[in-house]
Amino acid sequence: MKFLPYAIAAWLFVIGLYGLATSRHLVHLILCLTVVQSSTYLVLLAIGFRNMPAQAPIFTDVPPGSPAVDPIVHSLTLTDIVVGATVNALLLSLTLNIWRKHRSIDPEKLSAFPR
Amino acid sequence: MSFQLFQVLTLSMVAVSGTAVVLTRNPKRQVFVAAIYGLLQSILFYALHSPDVALSEIAVGAVALPALTLATLAKLEKSK
Amino acid sequence: MNAAARHVLIILFGLGLLGFLLWGMTGLSPFGQYPGPYGDVLNSVATAERHTLNVVTAINFDYRGFDTLGEEFILFASVAGALLLMRHEQTEQEEACEPHATREPIVGIIDPGASDLTRASAFVFIAAILVFGCYIVLTGHLGVGGGFQGGVILSSAWLLVFLAYGSKPFRQWSNQSALEWFEAAGAGGYALIGCFALFVGGNFLKNVLPLGQTGHLLSSGTIFPISCAVGVEVAAGFVLLYEEFFRALEREQPLRRP
Repeated sequence: MKFLPYAIAAWLFVIGLYGLATSRHLVHLILCLTVVQSSTYLVLLAIGFRNMPAQAPIFTDVPPGSPAVDPIVHSLTLTDIVVGATVNALLLSLTLNIWRKHRSIDPEKLSAFPR
Repeated sequence: MSFQLFQVLTLSMVAVSGTAVVLTRNPKRQVFVAAIYGLLQSILFYALHSPDVALSEIAVGAVALPALTLATLAKLEKSK
Repeated sequence: MNAAARHVLIILFGLGLLGFLLWGMTGLSPFGQYPGPYGDVLNSVATAERHTLNVVTAINFDYRGFDTLGEEFILFASVAGALLLMRHEQTEQEEACEPHATREPIVGIIDPGASDLTRASAFVFIAAILVFGCYIVLTGHLGVGGGFQGGVILSSAWLLVFLAYGSKPFRQWSNQSALEWFEAAGAGGYALIGCFALFVGGNFLKNVLPLGQTGHLLSSGTIFPISCAVGVEVAAGFVLLYEEFFRALEREQPLRRP
């Protein structure tokens, strides 16, 4: 339990990388990229976690100064999630462009060099 | 103690569904597996005491990303 | 390199990388024992210094506000790039096609004749989502929430319009030039609030507005306007993306000649 979240984040990273490398469809590749991105969120949040009785860093109902988890990693992760979704949208529009130009979305058939 | 059990349970479910996202090769099915993965991730973020991040992840992973991906897949299918 | 060789190579490399990462993880502090000083410092002083109850929002828009400005512009740039790529196809098609023909609109996903219940309940849900999104944006500094989360929630109301009513009502409610103005206003508004701090005599993005009383809506200085600007920008950006992707879908519909 002491290192379980980090191990699961490492596993997600590696399995996402495996999916990226052996993908046969560009949209499948983009969703595997999402898995790789989410492993980084897990690492960040696990670093900042503190065991009970530490609660969320929001002091609406509890007096300020009560034990709380680290808020800096929350701020990094939350902007990252929203910006990551927009970058995925950019990748999807690139996929549509590739489809229009080359009529194929199989990464093994697309190549920068003419065959 | 039971909160720790909850954390271990959500971590293992996230690992299993992450593997399922990668191993589902058909993109149309993968979109729904990815939406479930986003939902399980947001439960994990709640278990790690981060409600702001969980709110972000629900809105993005279960609404925005599947919508855009399904629109792309529909466009690819229709313009064959 | 054929597919089988690539499979073997990535599995070997993946296992090696996994071992390396797990070895590196043992150097981190164990899960649940956060050692570092900065989080504790911020937790203890943020409420007193900035009169806000949500320390994460204070870090996002005040202590690390410059960072968030950069991230917001990444969002702006990716939306601009995606729109540029999608509109390229529209220009190509417009040049090839007859100018006065329009496309059949996409009707809602369920056959309209049988789905009055869908459209009625979608109406209620759209109103609820808009109100909830505005609530999350506006009370970012008082509880869970903030500009980024609220903006994405607001944009999903437009998505529900498309799903329940079809593309014609969706187009009526998402005028592209108006949305572009809103997105630019959100992104530029953040930078202008930072510059306003320069005019008043502080550093860029310094919190120069009156801090107010903790727990009130108009408190915490510049955090509240910045959060609203970010919410407007994220919502407008996502609706622009949806609009462009669904317009690309509509280009595949059969033509309807006048």
